[in-house]
Amino acid sequence: MRIGVFVCQCGTNIAATVNTGEVAEAAMAMRNVAHAESIQYSCSEPGQKAIINAVHRHGLTRVVMAACSPRMHETTFRRTVNQAGMNPFMLEMVNIREHCSWIHSDMEEATLKAIDLVRKGVARVRDQAPLHPDTVPVTMGALVIGGGVAGIQAALDMADAGIPVTLVERESTIGGNMARLDKTFPTLDCSSCILTPRMVEAKQHENIRLMVNSEVEQVRGYIGNFEVDVRRKATCVNEEKCTGCMICEQKCPGKAPDEFNVDVGESKAISVPFPQAVPLVAKLRKEHCRLFIKGKCSVCQKVCPADAIDYEQEDEVLTEKFGAIIVATGYDTFDWKAAYPEYGGGHYPDVITSLQYERMLSASGPTGGHVKRPSDGEEPKNIVFISCVGSRDPSIGRPLCCSVGCMYTAKQAILTKEHIPDSRSYVFYMDIRASGKGYDEFTRRAQEEFGAVYLRGRVGKIYPRGGRLVVMGVDTLAGEQVEVEADLVVLATGLSGAGGADELARKLNISYDRYGFLSEGHPKLRPVETNTGGIYLAGACQAPRDIPDSVAQASAAAAKAAGLLSRGELETSPMVAEVDWMRCTGCFKCRDVCPYGAIEEEGLRDGRTVARVIPSLCQGCGVCNVACPPSVISLKGFTDNQLIAEVVELLR
Amino acid sequence: MAEQNLKIIGFLCNWCSYAGADMAGMARMKQPADLRVVRMPCTGRVNPLLVLKAFQEGADGVLVSGCHPGDCHYTDGNYYARRRLELLARMLPALGIEPERFHYTWVSASEGARWTQVVEEFTEQVQSVSSGREAE
Ligand SMILES: Cc1cc2nc3c(=O)[nH]c(=O)nc-3n(C[C@H](O)[C@H](O)[C@H](O)COP(=O)(O)OP(=O)(O)OC[C@H]3O[C@@H](n4cnc5c(N)ncnc54)[C@H](O)[C@@H]3O)c2cc1C
Repeated sequence: MRIGVFVCQCGTNIAATVNTGEVAEAAMAMRNVAHAESIQYSCSEPGQKAIINAVHRHGLTRVVMAACSPRMHETTFRRTVNQAGMNPFMLEMVNIREHCSWIHSDMEEATLKAIDLVRKGVARVRDQAPLHPDTVPVTMGALVIGGGVAGIQAALDMADAGIPVTLVERESTIGGNMARLDKTFPTLDCSSCILTPRMVEAKQHENIRLMVNSEVEQVRGYIGNFEVDVRRKATCVNEEKCTGCMICEQKCPGKAPDEFNVDVGESKAISVPFPQAVPLVAKLRKEHCRLFIKGKCSVCQKVCPADAIDYEQEDEVLTEKFGAIIVATGYDTFDWKAAYPEYGGGHYPDVITSLQYERMLSASGPTGGHVKRPSDGEEPKNIVFISCVGSRDPSIGRPLCCSVGCMYTAKQAILTKEHIPDSRSYVFYMDIRASGKGYDEFTRRAQEEFGAVYLRGRVGKIYPRGGRLVVMGVDTLAGEQVEVEADLVVLATGLSGAGGADELARKLNISYDRYGFLSEGHPKLRPVETNTGGIYLAGACQAPRDIPDSVAQASAAAAKAAGLLSRGELETSPMVAEVDWMRCTGCFKCRDVCPYGAIEEEGLRDGRTVARVIPSLCQGCGVCNVACPPSVISLKGFTDNQLIAEVVELLR
Repeated sequence: MAEQNLKIIGFLCNWCSYAGADMAGMARMKQPADLRVVRMPCTGRVNPLLVLKAFQEGADGVLVSGCHPGDCHYTDGNYYARRRLELLARMLPALGIEPERFHYTWVSASEGARWTQVVEEFTEQVQSVSSGREAE
């Protein structure tokens, strides 16, 4: 056995804190090590060539790479040793960057630690056996969860590439938050004019099946072959029969909150969210319906010309297989009321959120595009915008930037002037963040051309006085207190991941952060992938982002998914469990704990029944390995011997 | 560093805690250098005997960290781990090992800061039992 050890300097990323030469020297003294050297950038082409040359020159049969995280470059170096003619699994990576040089400052300490880690890697690779991946067929089909602009874009891109797509949306229409917007920065094109055609296209595309009022209930399987249960919630309306004529909504006597319009205006117990909804189908909300509350009423059924109302309708669960999943569940705006009592905590009707303001500005909105104060329906003249409500505010535990607030506030200030020419807009801001193409110019236009008054500072208090609101803040540039009398105050509330995104993430086995945003595989190199193979992210579900970025990410995710599906077959990890059938007692404790049903019974000729692992089902968690009383089921690549050797070497 | 370096082994699951530790590295969050990480596919692969083996070989402390309950990459490996490790924790005093020397916890892939805090606190805890023993 001839082991080679390569200690990467990663420029100065490692070499500044770890003496890589000393580590290589120490490695040379380790048992079975035939060659050790320090390399400047081992992942670069010359670096990889040096490794391949060394393998040939020194007749190496195993390799230890002391470099960055295996999560970063394990695949890279497996390929490298494979090019050198070795089995790719005869490589062990030791993390001396993320887990060493980047988190320590003392060179001596870090170098000692790196040597320890290399010793561990050498011990582990000694016990490594060559492994050979299997292949499984990939299910041709993709699931997109969330039908906002990102989900629609991803679905259309894949469908155009010939991939059958199921688009699951939990509301009764697709469109997401963009459907709520009036005009969009930085070009001021009307949101529904650019979105509606795409919604219709998604509905009509031969490769897209649209499922609204639906949510993912359970996900089984893994990359290439996910099996998903989708629950379609009963809406008491037959989707095939409903024509969206809205007669039911007009006649319905039951009032209900208007979620689509963010409670600007009221809706009915049975309603179509907005006239351009896709599909254009009514939905009955039982919690507001007189029939279900009081047991009497059935007006909608009587007036429906299409005979589409069915009070007995039940939930349906559809189970289907998909090769890839794209999550595009978007965002929710931050519920500011409890966090900002100084802004009235929701008690002043004329303090509204920017999303509510979008609905007021929209010509197809509940006010027909007329800006009206909620308190008395009057047209406001002085409008104050407050940025960063629930953003960049560590005092309430939300230090994140919402990334769109500066831009949409500028947009709303411009639109206000267009709607009410004799109005005056004031914008309290912290910084103006406008780094996109044409963005800075746009925020300047708001000030220079449309006369919005920008005041740099936070607002400390809002209180009512004589039918108006007094907004008290500081102008940090002028260094003075300012007081503005406002008719309407618009809060640019921050963004969080969509409600329930954490729950969905758990079903999908992907990570999320404390704001409910889903975590990408790598912040720079795998921005649309997740840590679970075959699951991708698109749009604002991953982090706050605007429409152009959401669409770009959606296309990227679609390309990734299409790439996976185009392969037809997939290599499975050979790091699966294996039973030593000679010593298996047939207790089947392994089968009891296996989350994947990957253990089956096998009858032997000698009459014994033993356990057998189905490699294509095993995902390599190793839970069985621990449960097995005589320790005869073993996870390849993480065998007891390897782990013990690591521990022993570390404690030498 | 005045204190004697400790030998602490950390068994980290690949999907959450190992990634969380990577995150701490990417953010250059400094932490004590006594801990050595052993990468596991899942905390469900951590055999309590392996933990005992580490103590037997002279570890001053052993830390196990996986995905938060409910977030296991393999659905419920961390629940098995929790049951096994909880039993182990209760058994340690009977074996003459101070319970402060062992800790299991959950750190997600996005919790670099939390990982750093876990390492700091556990190192300090092991340091204090170790120096306590020396003083006796
Ligand atoms: C007030 C305001 C104004 C804005 N103005 C602009 C602008 O002018 N220009 C611009 O570029 N950007 C603007 N934005 C940002 C823009 O809204 C987002 O970039 C865009 O909507 C993101 O699209 P998305 O598809 O990622 O998410 P969303 O639009 O949030 O869509 C997500 C969809 O997923 C669905 N969903 C959520 N969870 C589930 C689940 N568990 N199962 C099934 N479906 C689910 C939701 O119902 C929704 O339909 C503005 C944002 C705000 C708050």
